[in-house]
Amino acid sequence: MNKQTKESPIVDVQNMSKSFGSTQVLKSVNLSVQPSEVMCLIGPSGSGKSTLLRCIAFLEQYSGGNVFIEGEMLGYNDNTDVRKLTSTNELNHVRRNMGMVFQQFNLWPHMTALGNVTEALVRVKKFSRREANEKGHAILAKVGLAERAMHYPAQLSGGQQQRVAIARSLAMEPSVMLFDEPTSALDPELVGEVLQVMKDLASEGMTMIVVTHEMGFAAQVADTVVFLDQGEILVKGSPQEIFQGEKPPRLEQFLKNYMDRNAFWE
Amino acid sequence: MLDFSTLPVALPLLWDGVQMTLFLSLMAVVLGLMVGVLMCLARLSSHYAVRFFAQLYISLFRGVPLLVQLMVTYYCLPLIGINIPALVAATACIGLCASAYMTEILRGGFLSLPTGQKESATMVGLNQFQVLLFIELPQVIRLTIPGIINEAILLVKASSLISAVGITELTRISQNLASSNFQPFEFYLTAAGIYFIINSMISAFGFWLEARINRRVIA
Repeated sequence: MNKQTKESPIVDVQNMSKSFGSTQVLKSVNLSVQPSEVMCLIGPSGSGKSTLLRCIAFLEQYSGGNVFIEGEMLGYNDNTDVRKLTSTNELNHVRRNMGMVFQQFNLWPHMTALGNVTEALVRVKKFSRREANEKGHAILAKVGLAERAMHYPAQLSGGQQQRVAIARSLAMEPSVMLFDEPTSALDPELVGEVLQVMKDLASEGMTMIVVTHEMGFAAQVADTVVFLDQGEILVKGSPQEIFQGEKPPRLEQFLKNYMDRNAFWE
Repeated sequence: MLDFSTLPVALPLLWDGVQMTLFLSLMAVVLGLMVGVLMCLARLSSHYAVRFFAQLYISLFRGVPLLVQLMVTYYCLPLIGINIPALVAATACIGLCASAYMTEILRGGFLSLPTGQKESATMVGLNQFQVLLFIELPQVIRLTIPGIINEAILLVKASSLISAVGITELTRISQNLASSNFQPFEFYLTAAGIYFIINSMISAFGFWLEARINRRVIA
């Protein structure tokens, strides 16, 4: 049955495991994210951090353990002896609290920026076109794209596209935002504008789980940093603990590689 | 040697034929697209039986010549007590045949969509049907316009086969005129010219549509 901790976390991952064929990519992962917490997932490629995020969104089916979003079980019915997948409707009901931003933006190219933001408002929340457009314009203004509402994705830079994608998720007023390497597909010069929008969101109290390679962002914005390696959480702690404290050798190595890669002067 | 003096008199008849040809082709495209979308979904379904049915449908309608399909529906169905008007039989035949090809054209379009498009739509709460209707189909149609236009042109030409079951479309009318006036050259040349003009217009329409849709979507 639904087990809630005292502080009632927004996202509660209990003993999650996941295999692709015979490879186990997640091994008994435990996480809980409190309201307004910003959690950054870092780790080498193949460590399972994106898979973990996609399992939290149930875009991948986790095989073992439980995930609760605001106390509601995600993806499975557990009230019978046999674990069964929930219906799509039930799944969408639990998902309504989650917004997701993808590495490749995944905007719909046949709709304008405004169209991308308002589509779900009209189709899912049954807003009238006018109400939806009003809200859409306001949210686009919030991410600094008021002037770009009528542009198609192909007419926008990568950074602008990603900001539209963030606006699209925000429009549905989720209680937690999931970011899957939101800046990895961007030109270095465009990374800043996306991170800025994310920082603003964090300071407004949005609950966020961010898979990222941007250590600077993790250090500045995260409340909790989680280091994953080979499908396991190796270290979890505040940015100070992760970046400055005693580190296990694997994390030490990972951070050293990162520093080496980004050092260009001495 | 060529004598086109009978042509003006025959023009109203030819015009009737053109209208029938256009009607049959249009029905074929519309029916083909509608059944094609359904078959395409069946073909991409996760249920084995549904997929198998779609596959069977496609191989059947693609594997048997349209002319033979027409003969079967026109001459054989009445033998087992099913009587359908020639025009209905002909329209159904060419439409279903078209749908088999449309299915495969559309399937190519569906497969070329990045999976992320669907994931982002799912994550904002659109249901499967809405994803299909508002996210996937508009893009699939856009991506497959060249293929669909190509198929439309083939269908205009395939509609000439329907003359075999007595429908007076352009080819049939031309045959009649050619034999009653003893002027095969003149009337078949005219028919050839008319088919060519119709198809050139379809092709030009296709280019116009592509340019119009792609103007903003692909910068």
